Amino acid sequence: MKPELKVDMTVEAKLGTLEWKKSPEAHISLRDASPAAPCAAKCQDKPCVTVCPAKVYEWEPDHKKIVVNYENCIECGACRMLCPYDNIICDWPLGGMGVKYKYG
Amino acid sequence: MSESSYDAIVVGAGPAGISAAIVMARAGLKVALLERGEYPGAKNVQGAVLYSRMLHEILPDFWTMPGAALERPVVEQKTCVTTEDSWITFGYKSLKFLQGIPNCYTIIRVKFDQWYAAQAETAGAELFCGVTVREVIRKDGRIAGIKTSDGDELESSVVLACDGANSLLAQKAGLIDELKPVEVALGAKEVIGLDPKIIEDRFQLNPGEGSAMDIFGSVTLGMLGYAFLYTNKESLSLGVGCRLSDYQAKGLRPSDHLELVKRHPYVAKLISGGKTLEYSAHLIPEGGFKSMPPLFSDGFLVAGDAAQMTNPPYREGSNIAMTAGRLAGETVIEAKKKGDFSAASLSAYQLKLKASYVLSDMEDIKDLEDAVASVPGFLEAYPKLACDLAHLRFSADGVPKRQHLRQAFRLVADRGLWRIAKDLWPLRKVAI
Repeated sequence: MKPELKVDMTVEAKLGTLEWKKSPEAHISLRDASPAAPCAAKCQDKPCVTVCPAKVYEWEPDHKKIVVNYENCIECGACRMLCPYDNIICDWPLGGMGVKYKYG
Repeated sequence: MSESSYDAIVVGAGPAGISAAIVMARAGLKVALLERGEYPGAKNVQGAVLYSRMLHEILPDFWTMPGAALERPVVEQKTCVTTEDSWITFGYKSLKFLQGIPNCYTIIRVKFDQWYAAQAETAGAELFCGVTVREVIRKDGRIAGIKTSDGDELESSVVLACDGANSLLAQKAGLIDELKPVEVALGAKEVIGLDPKIIEDRFQLNPGEGSAMDIFGSVTLGMLGYAFLYTNKESLSLGVGCRLSDYQAKGLRPSDHLELVKRHPYVAKLISGGKTLEYSAHLIPEGGFKSMPPLFSDGFLVAGDAAQMTNPPYREGSNIAMTAGRLAGETVIEAKKKGDFSAASLSAYQLKLKASYVLSDMEDIKDLEDAVASVPGFLEAYPKLACDLAHLRFSADGVPKRQHLRQAFRLVADRGLWRIAKDLWPLRKVAI
């Protein structure tokens, strides 16, 4: 029942207003990233893909896997709670790394 | 970082942590205030309206302090209920809000948090930014320090978890499990730049004064939540927050939802010509009283969002965090005097919170969200009913008024008077 919304400013454009201090180390990973992972085998709705406010998670149908763009992350932590299969590990980035809000 | 041990390590330089640090440092305690952002506020998001009294209790007359990072004192508070093409606004404006202790200010959190953290440094706390805490250190069955993402270890008599909505520290200390999507809201926001004169004209404000508005109804698409619009000095803060489980069920991205809010004719007019300066998103812990973790254990205290301390219908959170941080700080000062940082000693924190407004307010609204959520379509049906009735009242369409009245009775009867009373009864908790 996804509502069809007209989007004047895409999430990509919104993310364009932000700055990050890029971390060399990913702070997000999938417990199981294999083709047998629940993301491919079981998860129909993929709420990480549809809800993440920074579009960190993208489903690649050709490779049947979730791609994690951890550099986009704005560190809300919703993904861990959203994942129906507890397959997302999301800790904080290394000290000083990650999103740098100017207004907040 | 200093090698010597601290009386208290405060994790998180937000309203709770900074307040605790100020109170403890003033009493002469050796305090480390750790912030994972590059600067205080780098990770923090709020609407933001800050109620003044709780900060005044920590920094008396803070609004007169040079450099105080405040936007506008709020002189008018409004509520708006919407359908897609209609809306009712009701507001309360009072010059009394500007007298004595001004009721509340709009703030921009990144600026405010940097200023507020500087007050903790002035009080004598040591602020370390760019420090991510990964683990708590346990010694003899109590928490006795922390370990950072760089592998540094820091010891203290007590650790205060003030690390915000997504408190990984309280989880790692074993006080709380992962939160569920029904226990949190996800908010998305934009700061929209606009000329101060335009802001003041549009919102009917004197120069420098501000207003704050919450918007309920069609704008949340039936989800449990609301949108808000606050006036800053040279920008507007427009955001929307709804229960995470509702976004999950709809498969809707909050950033896209915000676009729908922006297009509502009422909002569109108010933000027109503005330029988006920054987008943000953040969790709001709304599980409240029923989702609160234990607030203390041996050598450990939890305050603010980390402890789910919010009052969403009153849009309180940062003020509660300040009170909780202050009370946590006072508890640690007493514990140091006794030389006892056990759970029994730190339990005084909970008693202090009980004696204050914090726990009683949270207890009073503990069933409200569930009550509203248990009525399908609550936040669509009632704004629509109100707008339909208002439409009859304000239309001169050649139909006799007695017929309008009959139509109005029918609208109410269709829903059922008893059902309306039952649905709206829980709202008495937030009427005053």
